[in-house]
Amino acid sequence: MGDEVILLGYWPSQYGMRARIAVEEKGIQYEYKEEDAFNYNKSPLLLEMNPVHKKTPVLVHNGKPICESLIVIEYIDEVWNHKSPLLPSDPYDRAQARFWADFVHRKVYDAAKRIWTTKGEEREGEKNEFIECMKLLEQQLGEKPYFGGDSLGFVDVAFVPFYSWFQVYEKFGNFNMEAECPNIIAWAKRCLQKQSVANTLPDQHKVYDLAIWIRKKLGIE
Amino acid sequence: MASNQHVKLFGTVRSPFVKRAEIALKLKGVEYEYVEESLSNKSDDLLKYNPVHKKVPVLLHNDKPVCESLVIVEYVDEAWTGYPILPSDPYHRAQARFWSKFIDDKVFPAAFKAAWNPNEKERDKGAEEAREALQILENKLKGKFFNGDSIGLVDLAALYIAFWLPLIQEAGGLDLYSGEKYPKLEKWGHEILNHPVVKGVLPPRDNVLAIYKTRFQNISASK
Repeated sequence: MGDEVILLGYWPSQYGMRARIAVEEKGIQYEYKEEDAFNYNKSPLLLEMNPVHKKTPVLVHNGKPICESLIVIEYIDEVWNHKSPLLPSDPYDRAQARFWADFVHRKVYDAAKRIWTTKGEEREGEKNEFIECMKLLEQQLGEKPYFGGDSLGFVDVAFVPFYSWFQVYEKFGNFNMEAECPNIIAWAKRCLQKQSVANTLPDQHKVYDLAIWIRKKLGIE
Repeated sequence: MASNQHVKLFGTVRSPFVKRAEIALKLKGVEYEYVEESLSNKSDDLLKYNPVHKKVPVLLHNDKPVCESLVIVEYVDEAWTGYPILPSDPYHRAQARFWSKFIDDKVFPAAFKAAWNPNEKERDKGAEEAREALQILENKLKGKFFNGDSIGLVDLAALYIAFWLPLIQEAGGLDLYSGEKYPKLEKWGHEILNHPVVKGVLPPRDNVLAIYKTRFQNISASK
């Protein structure tokens, strides 16, 4: 096809994982470039391609940048529309997919992040909020193998990267995901059967070690 | 697809988010029933159709709810033919989504912080963040509208800047926006406020100003 596709990412970032899973699902030939995001060692390419936010992921397609993970997924789905559709074709179903991806992006992300960056009562509150979100998502999933139905969809790609962070949430939040929301764990393991997800998600222990390191660096006790 | 389908919009008269949905429906020529909600006394319907966030706007299309203003706008664009609210090219669509998200993630929270945060330092920080965000939009704006010659997704998202932001500024004596600092935004503001569809849905300016003034007065009174 003659397309040049570069993906700028940061290995523990759920946002970057989303973009990578989407690219892999579509079988796109791409070059992955790892950014040293936490050390603020941002590459000239990143700063040029995402001057507004200076964040990963950035998809560079034939020299043109697309930023913001959910927007990247939609772009990929629209351009490489010949296989593995990530969004449904019906407008109402698409609206539902966008709604739940947004829910994961804002509500789930915020509560999850605060589980390991806060302490005491605040942390307890965030953990409960997170578990509530998980139960809502379990309800949404229902009996379907994936949020997208029979195959990986927009919400699956948006949400499954969180799996690599579950150990962090469990250990700091002092709870067990399998006990609280077994269907989410079953769903995540099902997703991990897919090459695109297995190739992308880092090991939970590696992510946990990073979280410990970040907390130390930020002076969070 | 369109005719004979029942469309209902739950909203509140002064919400910029609700106006996005209304303008989208009107641009497509969709007939709809409007239901005014009271945020302090939410209807059973609202809670039923948006149990997750319990917020307006909610679009009900043949009894199926769509929530979140930008999701609603994209839905309206896809469910009805006619006026194109998003561009057709995937790259330009990605750009439109990016800038709409930028407005929601950067402009709104900063403006709210600048106006309503109880801490003065935080209010100053909010004002600084708002000005930065506005400068980025000022630099980005090229044509008559963010969407080019006609209004589109980003213009609907940014309408807050043209109508509500100056009113909050006036009511609270804030320093967020000025026509001199952002001449392109200023010009865009005039254009969009005079757009026939937009003009037709906006609440009365004095009404909104009075409400903001009362809120600010109540805050100072309680100090």
